[in-house]
Amino acid sequence: MSEHSTAEHTHAAHATTMTYLVVAAILTVITVVEVGVFYMPAMKPVLAPVLLVLSSTKFALVVGFYMHLRYDHNLFRAVFALPLLIAAAVIVGLLFLFRVF
Amino acid sequence: MSQAAAAHYTSTGLDSRKIAFWTFIGSECLLFGSLIATYLVYEGRSVSGPTTHDILNIPLTSFSTFDLLMSSLAMVLALAAVQRGDRVKARVALGVTALLGSVFLGLQAYEFTHFVREGLGFTTNLFGSTFFTLTGFHGAHVFVGVVWLTTLLVRSFQGKLGPEKALNVEIAGLYWHFVDVVWIVIFTVVYLIQTTPIAGT
Repeated sequence: MSEHSTAEHTHAAHATTMTYLVVAAILTVITVVEVGVFYMPAMKPVLAPVLLVLSSTKFALVVGFYMHLRYDHNLFRAVFALPLLIAAAVIVGLLFLFRVF
Repeated sequence: MSQAAAAHYTSTGLDSRKIAFWTFIGSECLLFGSLIATYLVYEGRSVSGPTTHDILNIPLTSFSTFDLLMSSLAMVLALAAVQRGDRVKARVALGVTALLGSVFLGLQAYEFTHFVREGLGFTTNLFGSTFFTLTGFHGAHVFVGVVWLTTLLVRSFQGKLGPEKALNVEIAGLYWHFVDVVWIVIFTVVYLIQTTPIAGT
């Protein structure tokens, strides 16, 4: 393996098996909370923002720890984050354009 | 790819395959962003049922979500095992990941079949068209991932998936985790945040 690949794997090695298990446990708990919130009538007025925050947390955990973006090179973050932001802008833009909000 | 090719010089100092794959994932963000936007725009504009409130099965898809999250755990453990050179654990983790992916596909096939029996087809209404397009594209990605993982498993049993091939597993893992994060968004946006009933009612 090349030197740079070894360096990348050294970065990835910061996450241990225990880290992965803890992340999996957190993801499971958040999913249970999401479904619980969905079934709670009292949460209806704030359902969408609460679910979006919980979903974003899960998204960040998987991308950061399982995809190793937390430990990886900034170029990978940029290559992923830029299209992600464009996609989010497209979604929000279309929702406003079609008066969904 | 040969070792000589893998060790070639790049101006960034990073492996070109990994940069290329992250770029591909970026393009996938745009694809799924467009599909999700289309679903959200049209979801509440169906002039006939069934729509989200009538048909979506939250307990079933909650289990599917858990299944896919656990497959991501298995995938990252498979990568760690390959990097360590632990072939047995790598095979078990890759097999579990592919199995959980197959379970997800089975549940999606059941869900789609159930919807069709309930009267929601691809051309029934705008909800049906956008729902099947979005979740169908995602399911197709999961299918590709399962095939990819299976080929890695076969390579492992052939003794051709040692630590020197860890990058191959890492790239497959990036794809699999991306499929997982897309589902995280779909589960929230499509299944949990159900918006409007039939337009005009």
